[in-house]
Amino acid sequence: MYDFDLVIPTSVDEASTAMKADGAQALGGGQTLLPTMKQRLAAPETLVKLSGLSELVGVNAASGTLSIGGATTHGQVADEASAYPALAALAGNIGDPAVRNRGTIGGSIANNDPAACYPAGVLGSGATVVTNTREISADDYFVDLFETALEEGEIVTGVNFPIPDAANYQKFDQPASRFALVGVFVAKFGDTVRVAVTGASNGGVFRWSEAEAALNANFSADALEGLAVDAGDLISDLHGSAEYRAHLVGVLTRRAVQACS
Amino acid sequence: MPKITMNINGRETSTEVENRTLLSTALRENLYLTGTHIGCDTSQCGACVVHVNGKAVKSCSVFAAELDGATVDTIEGQANADGSLNVIQQAFQDHHGLQCGFCTPGMVMSAAELLKVNPKPSEAEIRDYLEGNICRCTGYQGIVNAIMAASGQDVPSIAAE
Ligand SMILES: Cc1cc2nc3c(=O)[nH]c(=O)nc-3n(C[C@H](O)[C@H](O)[C@H](O)COP(=O)(O)OP(=O)(O)OC[C@H]3O[C@@H](n4cnc5c(N)ncnc54)[C@H](O)[C@@H]3O)c2cc1C
Ligand code: FES
Ligand code: FES
Repeated sequence: MYDFDLVIPTSVDEASTAMKADGAQALGGGQTLLPTMKQRLAAPETLVKLSGLSELVGVNAASGTLSIGGATTHGQVADEASAYPALAALAGNIGDPAVRNRGTIGGSIANNDPAACYPAGVLGSGATVVTNTREISADDYFVDLFETALEEGEIVTGVNFPIPDAANYQKFDQPASRFALVGVFVAKFGDTVRVAVTGASNGGVFRWSEAEAALNANFSADALEGLAVDAGDLISDLHGSAEYRAHLVGVLTRRAVQACS
Repeated sequence: MPKITMNINGRETSTEVENRTLLSTALRENLYLTGTHIGCDTSQCGACVVHVNGKAVKSCSVFAAELDGATVDTIEGQANADGSLNVIQQAFQDHHGLQCGFCTPGMVMSAAELLKVNPKPSEAEIRDYLEGNICRCTGYQGIVNAIMAASGQDVPSIAAE
């Protein structure tokens, strides 16, 4: 790994200023960035440490919204997001305990790994991503594989989740990586249902709109009978073919709906 | 090079590191605390688990320079004050929780955190908690038995001949 300058800011303002430097990059829990730097796939000139910055750490529920600070670890969300149990469960199932003690929600959604769990929770909830400069709705935030709407130097300072009436996340573990081979997040707000799928698509997390339409009309696993995602757009690798993943999407969506009711 | 001071196993310890120095490297090469093992160096195997401010972390995936002022506990600090093995270590010995011993420091440190948050874990909870600790030798049953015993629970009996 190449060496770099390390900035340890004491406020978001200081962090924002430090992020303006050429070649500066945010350091969350480092659980993705360190391995990437070891392989020299990333060689930032400056790292701006966000983890532990108290302004960016915390889980708060008020008037139907759960707000999570951008540098909050998965472990803290698992322990403290009791106002939104499906999200707490999602966080508590990421990787393993040591990864959850370091990895952060901001790092996870900034990275937007196609097999990561949080993107499904954020998109499935219709959450709002808050940065140091603006607010971005989840539908506009996730652009493509490892690509988001974040601009250079932009910091995820938090995510606001509207708390649904019912929600569930089903993760089919890829046991070697401990990521999701496929994961499906279902959330129901009144008569509106959102279904977000991770781990499956070459374009990263996506909403399964046919399933949403069927579930809007009839929120039951039976409503999904005969529906399938198009395997043509899905990931095919040694862990599972596109057809296998397409099948899993259906199975996991049905399980998630069953778990909601 | 930045100089950092950490409380390691109860003792204030200062060392100079580059920003890119991993905690695992600082422990082993600067401070000669070679009980923390490096297996994969890619945050997969858990051989390098230590506690930072009371939480289990993979020391191969943290920069030492981030930890100025932190409290770090490693396997070297686990024995009792008189040098005898602590309850978890002794249970690993008694229940064949190790063969080559390579994974053991990380296993013991992960088990210590587990028993702190969940003093009487079930077998399933133990296996789930050790998801990030890989052992190439034991087949895990001895490790699970050791942690059951260390938490004062009956060890699942293996069908006797
Ligand atoms: C063994 C293992 C298993 C894992 N299993 C899973 C799993 O099952 N599901 C899952 O979802 N993930 C999994 N992960 C990934 C884990 O969740 C990571 O923690 C996460 O992807 C990155 O978070 P981080 O805080 O470590 O970010 P870092 O590694 O520090 O950073 C990742 C990227 O995000 C940027 N960044 C970090 N914070 C911010 C911020 N606040 N604003 C803007 N940009 C930022 C960085 O510059 C970098 O580009 C696993 C990781 C490991 C090592
Ligand atoms: S050496 Fe750190 S997890 Fe394997
Ligand atoms: S005892 Fe050899 S790797 Fe676990």
